[in-house]
Amino acid sequence: MNSPASLQAAVPGPKGPGFVRALTEWWGEKPLTQLAIFAIVGLGFALLGGNLVHNMARVGLTPGFGFLGHAANFEIGEGLIAYSAGDSYLRAITVGLLNTVRVSLAGCILATILGVALGIARLSSNPLLSRLVQAYVEIVRNTPLLLQIFFWNALFHALPGPRQALAPLPGVLLSNRGFFFPFIADDGVTPAILTSSFLLAVLVGAALKWRARRTGRSNFKRSAALILAAAILPVAIAAAFGATPAIDLPRLAGFNIRGGISLSPEFMALLIALVVNTSASIAETVRAGILSVSAGQWEAGRALGLSYGRIMRLIVLPQALRVIIPVMTSSYLSLTKNSSLAVAIGFPDLVNILNTTANTTGQALEAILVMMLAYLALSLAVSIAMNAYNRRWALRERSAA
Amino acid sequence: MSAMTEEAALAPRSERWRKLRDGLVGSRTNIAITFGVAFLILWLAPPFLRWSIVDAVWQGDAAACAAAGTGACWAFIGEKLRFITFGFYPPHLHWRAGLALLLMLALLGVTAWPGYWGRRLLILWGAALLGVPLLLLGWPAGEFVPTERWGGLPVTFLLAIGAFAGAFPLAILLALGRRSTMGGVRLLCIIFIEVLRGVPFIAVLYAATLLFPLMLPAGSAIDKFLRAEVALALFVAAYLAEVVRGGLQAVPAGQYEAAKALGLSYWRTMRLVVLPQALRAVIPPLVNLAIGIFQDTTLVIIIGMFDFLNTARVSATDPNWLGFYREAYVFAALVYFIVCFCASRYSLWLEARLAAGQRTQTGG
Repeated sequence: MNSPASLQAAVPGPKGPGFVRALTEWWGEKPLTQLAIFAIVGLGFALLGGNLVHNMARVGLTPGFGFLGHAANFEIGEGLIAYSAGDSYLRAITVGLLNTVRVSLAGCILATILGVALGIARLSSNPLLSRLVQAYVEIVRNTPLLLQIFFWNALFHALPGPRQALAPLPGVLLSNRGFFFPFIADDGVTPAILTSSFLLAVLVGAALKWRARRTGRSNFKRSAALILAAAILPVAIAAAFGATPAIDLPRLAGFNIRGGISLSPEFMALLIALVVNTSASIAETVRAGILSVSAGQWEAGRALGLSYGRIMRLIVLPQALRVIIPVMTSSYLSLTKNSSLAVAIGFPDLVNILNTTANTTGQALEAILVMMLAYLALSLAVSIAMNAYNRRWALRERSAA
Repeated sequence: MSAMTEEAALAPRSERWRKLRDGLVGSRTNIAITFGVAFLILWLAPPFLRWSIVDAVWQGDAAACAAAGTGACWAFIGEKLRFITFGFYPPHLHWRAGLALLLMLALLGVTAWPGYWGRRLLILWGAALLGVPLLLLGWPAGEFVPTERWGGLPVTFLLAIGAFAGAFPLAILLALGRRSTMGGVRLLCIIFIEVLRGVPFIAVLYAATLLFPLMLPAGSAIDKFLRAEVALALFVAAYLAEVVRGGLQAVPAGQYEAAKALGLSYWRTMRLVVLPQALRAVIPPLVNLAIGIFQDTTLVIIIGMFDFLNTARVSATDPNWLGFYREAYVFAALVYFIVCFCASRYSLWLEARLAAGQRTQTGG
């Protein structure tokens, strides 16, 4: 409320050493009572810690992180980096962390797309559509996430085997061994072509953005066409030299499916459950954000002769985003934390592997410390990224005003 | 939303009819949407209705279900209903678990009515939180049932109610501490709140089940149910503290100053002036938080406890009724949905009622 700095400046007379004075001012009233509270909390921790060291010593364990270098003798079903049962615990934990990041990142992106679409659909003037979305949101929000994860897991494990795999789209195969999607062929040329396509498109996009900021003018259609052309150019040049980018399609080989990219049923169950669950809360956030933009903005847009889509994209959403982004941040945070429910269906995420680590080594304290620190770091990373994004929108508002 | 429905209710019939017609077929986009949604419903609903009602088996045993083929086997739910509701609680003592469940539902029912809010309700909560565990344990008279054999709905409700009640006093202290002028206390409260809000609930549960037993003097032990309950209460307290803090911030500074002018001490100011206003302002978010807690109790499955979701799941591992997971999950979902949906509707009703009360207060 009243900032100590301004008070200090206002108080005449001799000033003590700055640091000590600031510290005592921050520490505030009843200094001794507070010290006593700290002492009690410290004593409690010391007591519990003492018991812990004693109990660990009794079974021949010493607290510390030395075990991280030991060989972890368990298998991990899937991961982004190579791992085998002889590797160290540190590597096993890294595999788990990457799995958590993978499912969280994919979940956040898909949940945002679905959630924004549902939030806009919820406000449709068509009662059939808005009621359908409302029913979706109510069902999802009023049942436990763990139940939803179990449900999707049971559903995906009940799919037919690889030989009778479902093919909802050409090149996509769904079976109880996993979901198979077409992917970039690893033939030595395709990744290089597509990487250069992507980089060129990003470069052109950045250049257009820089120009738009300098001139204060932008043409959406022309920019999109230019970026598309930049993406196609490397493919065309490669084709001229006889190298066409190839797509690796999954196909049945013997009793299993080979080729493409495969995602395990557990990963898909966790991902779909997280996406469905979070999309419902994002839909509510988006709806509230859009409703917070005053009706006059819509009317002004219509008076200018703009279409529904352009009013939404150019006028309403940028204003709604200021309300939406802070709430969205907490949705992303809870999605990341909720991904830890993976342990219930056996997906090898961070919590699952740390749990196995704690059970095989007995180093429960260290495992739980790593778990807490990893999630605090992930939460911090999400918050920092979202705050940076939020600042961009806030700044834009100020320069527009 | 409520304003919109109110408006719709007040509008004349023809007006409502016109709005509905415009929404469904008023423009080319809306016609397309209507067709799209109708197609989606016609695509999804019939298979589900066929499975859940038309082809479903309502009576008989697993063989009858297998013979009937593709429909849902509701006979399974009928057969396992007692197990799903009470878990491994000794069958001849089910009346005790049933009575405990009824007592907790009655407690929630009484709490839901604003007319009963007051000191007597607090006493009632204290009595229920003492009485229900004793009833389930069978103490002091009657056959003793250890907590490992508790299960089903009584466990789910007891976990949720106990955690909420345990978290409440702690959350108020944390919220006050976070707004305190005492830097040290503020720091402690911020660390507690932010650490617990930054980690998943499973991490707290693991700390309570794997780590905490190691921190006790050798030879002593604390019951697993109690540990899970305390872990949930601590976790909830961090979130609850932030809700309460929101309420404290909504109390105008003039209220604090007026209390100070009357010479009230800090604690009397809080108890008599600030907290009643702050808590009143956050009742609807509190109900939403309670719904979240009710759903979060399912996570105790991971440490091997038998809450309602787990008993439903385990019932499908009965050798006589193997693999009816879909029926078990749909039934569990229905029960959770009914409880949570009622609570969220109650929250809306309460919000409207409290807002109306506020209006008449300021207006009159």
